Amino acid sequence: MAVATRKTDIGPPNYKQFLPPIIQKNYGKWAYHEIPEPGVMVHVAESGDKLYTVRAGTPRLLAITTIRAFADLADRYCDGYIRWTSRHNVEFLLTDPSKIPALKKDLEELGFPVGGTGNAISSIVHTQGWVHCHSAATDASGVVKSLMDELFPHFVNMDLPAKLRVAFACCLNMCGAVHCSDIAVLGVHTRAPTIDHDELPKVCEVPTLVSSCPTGAIRPATVDGNASVEIEEEQCMYCGNCYTVCPSVKINNAETDGISIWVGGKVSNARSEPKFSKLAIPYLPNNPPRWPEVVEAVVNIVNVYAQNARKHERLGEWIDRIGWPRFFELTGIPFTKYHIDDFKHAGETYKRSVQLKH
Amino acid sequence: MSEKNRATPLLDELEKGPWPSFVKEIKKESERPMVRDLLGLLERSYEEHIGHWKHGGLVGVMGYGGGVIGRYSDLPEEFPEIAEFHTYRVNQPSAWFYTSDALRTLCDIWDRHGSGLTNMHGSTGDIIFLGSKTEALEPCFADLTEAGFDLGGSGSDVRTPSCCVGPARCEWACYDTLEACYDITQTYQDELHRPAFPYKYKFKFAGCPNDCVASIARSDMSVIGTWKDNIQIDQEQVREYAAGGTDIEAEICEMCPTGCITWNGEQLVIDNSECVKCMHCINVMPRALKPGKERGATILIGAKAPIIGGALLSSVFVPFLEMEPPYEDLKELAEAIWDFWGEYGKNRERVGEFIQRVGLGNFLEEIGLDPVPEMVAHPRTNPYIFFDEELEEDEDE
Repeated sequence: MAVATRKTDIGPPNYKQFLPPIIQKNYGKWAYHEIPEPGVMVHVAESGDKLYTVRAGTPRLLAITTIRAFADLADRYCDGYIRWTSRHNVEFLLTDPSKIPALKKDLEELGFPVGGTGNAISSIVHTQGWVHCHSAATDASGVVKSLMDELFPHFVNMDLPAKLRVAFACCLNMCGAVHCSDIAVLGVHTRAPTIDHDELPKVCEVPTLVSSCPTGAIRPATVDGNASVEIEEEQCMYCGNCYTVCPSVKINNAETDGISIWVGGKVSNARSEPKFSKLAIPYLPNNPPRWPEVVEAVVNIVNVYAQNARKHERLGEWIDRIGWPRFFELTGIPFTKYHIDDFKHAGETYKRSVQLKH
Repeated sequence: MSEKNRATPLLDELEKGPWPSFVKEIKKESERPMVRDLLGLLERSYEEHIGHWKHGGLVGVMGYGGGVIGRYSDLPEEFPEIAEFHTYRVNQPSAWFYTSDALRTLCDIWDRHGSGLTNMHGSTGDIIFLGSKTEALEPCFADLTEAGFDLGGSGSDVRTPSCCVGPARCEWACYDTLEACYDITQTYQDELHRPAFPYKYKFKFAGCPNDCVASIARSDMSVIGTWKDNIQIDQEQVREYAAGGTDIEAEICEMCPTGCITWNGEQLVIDNSECVKCMHCINVMPRALKPGKERGATILIGAKAPIIGGALLSSVFVPFLEMEPPYEDLKELAEAIWDFWGEYGKNRERVGEFIQRVGLGNFLEEIGLDPVPEMVAHPRTNPYIFFDEELEEDEDE
């Protein structure tokens, strides 16, 4: 009757065992920090102890070969202590600043650039895309790679008016919750799903499928004698929830899926309150492997912002100051009917004053 | 097909350029048949402009309802090694601190059981093990728990909580985000592993109003550090910043959202009664200014991404809460919310949407919080007030 003990519900390991001694000693007693060069921070404790952090960008998708190489670098330079940031950067925690140049050299030889601090573009928070997601309207890693190759100077320098946060999500589910980013790149489906009526009765439960639709656009229907569904296309907002529960309702569309660009969001409370990103470009084509239209659009917005914003002004704060008409004028982005909200509370977004610039 | 490397000209294009390449990362593990098939499938997506994954299937480890995301290819004949390609969410340590030994342990486990590919980290914060077969799930889980790791959340449960670097390396942390995150995660293991809510429930712990974990945008329960008393000023250091080229008038005083800072060239004066704790002046002059000493957190509820009823930011519930272990007040609030939302929330209705449906006023009454003006941007502008009198009469019957 002996049953092997099966461990469950132990939770994550206690973080305390992973903190370097200098952090254990100065925990909660840090006095200030500085950024002596891009990608390097020094945190000074009340005790006078100094902790040096070297930050490197990663593509988020990492092979265990690379993680083992990071572990070796951590052993060589920082007694084995290492962490990641909320934006997929890897950080090495050193007590000896004389080791920083050699660590930077090793990281760069491995292919991981040091940067992402201060008034820079840090790594792009992003989702799975075609690498591993069922509802992706585009790839994530490929668009992010293409963007970061062009935005690279802003990762390794700190030459922007303020920090600029770029995020990417490959569909409206927004696993990357991109909706409060300076620049959000969002994959969009633009057509209602097509239905494989032969396959559907064999692989899907109709009631589950019907209830999966957030707008009630899916109804049971008999098609060629099969129990299937029909979709009220005007009610569909292309979210893909139905495809999640039933692979016979196909949301992905090679011809019409694409990418939208949103601007001016932030989560920090600094100066202005946190805000959502707003639509800048409703649709750009899916054009792998380098997505040139998307890259060009984002680089243009970054450049116009860098040339026009005041010091410390985030992208959304700059737009709030100059106004949306001037944003569209300066960036040359056309304003269309798609920019005007027509969902719940849309009226709150209409301009209801004559405070206009002529 | 999976015996040797297939040509991937489109993906190869993404090995070029200065930014680290995910294609190079995938190829580092391509001695595995599974990874060769993944490259083939991905190249196909790049050729056809469409994904080739199906969601779903009830896969997981015994006794858990979450932590594993089932994933199947829609081209199983052509790419048999990834016909099943499931993802684990492994609960990360607070603030993503590791030792090299812990990382090697995780790599060894994933070497034995899966693709050798990871995400460091997933959007919610977990360590993501990307791609394994169904038969590998339980043995991999056994190895993980033996090494002291456990799975994170998925589906309609408490999702893996996450936190900023906090007091481990930040002078602005107004409470211990690492401990709060760890304590809450351990307390709610059952809620995390066994989905029993209307939908997901996320906690994110940010140490100050800079909110480096985006809690106000991304968590149902946002715990954001703040303070009540005066910003600590080192006047000598302010003068140093001024001497070093910081334009105190333009960069500090004029950019303060409430205009509560003045500078006469010698002394910086802050009217702390007007300060809204935005962090701007502290961010610009970290050597001179620090948050006050009476520290705690603001608790906000209800953020979410657009699906279903539109995106929401969290809104204020408790303007100031002391954040000391064992975090009884926070837990009491979370559990009161789960009781009410759990009973009346619709399937796949996030708590932020639920609050909008039932009304914040009613919601507060149910969970036993008094309304305070800090909870709203402004009072209502419409006169359609549902007065309580009738309800009270109903209750008397």
